[in-house]
Amino acid sequence: MKNKFRLLFTPGRKLDTDQLIFKKTVISFTVFFFMFGVALFGWMKLRQLPRDQMGTNTVIRSALNTNESIFSSILSDKHLSKSYPKSEAANPARRNGNVGMDLHKMVADFANWNMQVVKSNGDTLHITLADLKKLPKTEVVFNFKCIEGWSQITYWGGVKFADFIKAYGLEKETALKYIGLRTMDEKYYVGIDMASALHPQTILCYELNAQPLPIDQGYPLRLIIPVKYGVKHLKTIGTLVFSNDKPKDYWAERGYDYFTGL
Amino acid sequence: MKKIVPKHPLAIRWFHWINFPVLAIMIWSGLLIYWANDVYRIGFGDTTLVKFFPNSFYSSLKINNRLAEGMGYHFLFMWLFFLNGLAYVIYTAVSGEWKYLLPQKKSFREAWQVLLHDLRIRKGKPAQGKYNGAQRIAYTAIIVMGIGSLLSGLAIYKPVQLGWLCEMMGGYKSARVIHFVLTIGYVLFFLVHIVQVIMAGWDNFRAMVTGFSLEKKSDSSNTNQES
Repeated sequence: MKNKFRLLFTPGRKLDTDQLIFKKTVISFTVFFFMFGVALFGWMKLRQLPRDQMGTNTVIRSALNTNESIFSSILSDKHLSKSYPKSEAANPARRNGNVGMDLHKMVADFANWNMQVVKSNGDTLHITLADLKKLPKTEVVFNFKCIEGWSQITYWGGVKFADFIKAYGLEKETALKYIGLRTMDEKYYVGIDMASALHPQTILCYELNAQPLPIDQGYPLRLIIPVKYGVKHLKTIGTLVFSNDKPKDYWAERGYDYFTGL
Repeated sequence: MKKIVPKHPLAIRWFHWINFPVLAIMIWSGLLIYWANDVYRIGFGDTTLVKFFPNSFYSSLKINNRLAEGMGYHFLFMWLFFLNGLAYVIYTAVSGEWKYLLPQKKSFREAWQVLLHDLRIRKGKPAQGKYNGAQRIAYTAIIVMGIGSLLSGLAIYKPVQLGWLCEMMGGYKSARVIHFVLTIGYVLFFLVHIVQVIMAGWDNFRAMVTGFSLEKKSDSSNTNQES
């Protein structure tokens, strides 16, 4: 056998058909198994890569960030989430996450609730629900999409985020790259790119199905942002900040994409 | 005497063998995602005949609680799946390989004969050529399915920015069903493909690795043409 190999792979040697078949087969299968070995090795390396501080494989994280820069380029104020008739909206709407929603503690705090908005000069605005209700109301009926995979047509009302920015003279803050939102108890928090925050369907929401928000849906105020999965629709807003660095994000810290744009 | 005849071009062999592990990773990571909202079933009313998937299936494959990981891998390997598929389509179009792969008018009749033959119902061997009628249909269908996966996947991935595509797929929920059904289709294709490859034998399998096939010649006067 050894001899056969040596003879076949001697340059210049004239081979008969059987020898040629043997030679071609050996070469091809060697390359074939070698490449499968390379692929398997690459896969094992990928699985063992160091994790970033958010616990995510570094290659996966940079792929997610690359996807973000590719697909955020098609994000446009003209691309609206499809609107539906109010009659198609689910009632009651499904409630999923409850991190940062310690209801008993919250009920005690509602009397004093206001949204703290931290401006770039360090000033903090305290905005009440009555203040927000003075601004024009925007209604959104859209197919709410959960990152888990379910979706549901829902009907919300509140202040368009872009209107809120204008009313409170926060245009300078919108030059920054992100907004960050935190729940009243600070246990849940999200970061959102400015373009998505200013999208015309993004609202600071205080109504569901034309009624005040139920406590478990984020009373008194939550975010509704149809260009994102439900994880970004933070309930019971406590604080709003503006930042050029990515504000911390609860689910991104647990391995999910930061952008999660739809 | 045997004769070495070229069968599969090098490029097509590469595309085929790259696609195999990449598609496997896409299906695996897709399962990690699907687990988070596993609502599909076959049944009528409240009666479920097949549930996608039973808990034993998830636990034996360690699918549970890995949504974030699944999305990460799915959105990295989608690029390989797409680029490899695109390269294959461009190559077959430019090289002329498509002539052996696209179904012809007679392919549908031939495919029926192939089916009957493979099920041991019909005795005569159907016309083979490089690919028989059934193969032409299957290998073209799998490309159409790949395009379907790509488009329905994009519709699920960016349902607002690519709203037109999402509507084309019949809406968000429908796009998800299409994406899932196509994946089941790949698994069924794979099973039939494996059985057919085993039945076809060594020469056929070797050709997908080495590129050549052996032709048995009865006419000895042609042996000098061998090269």
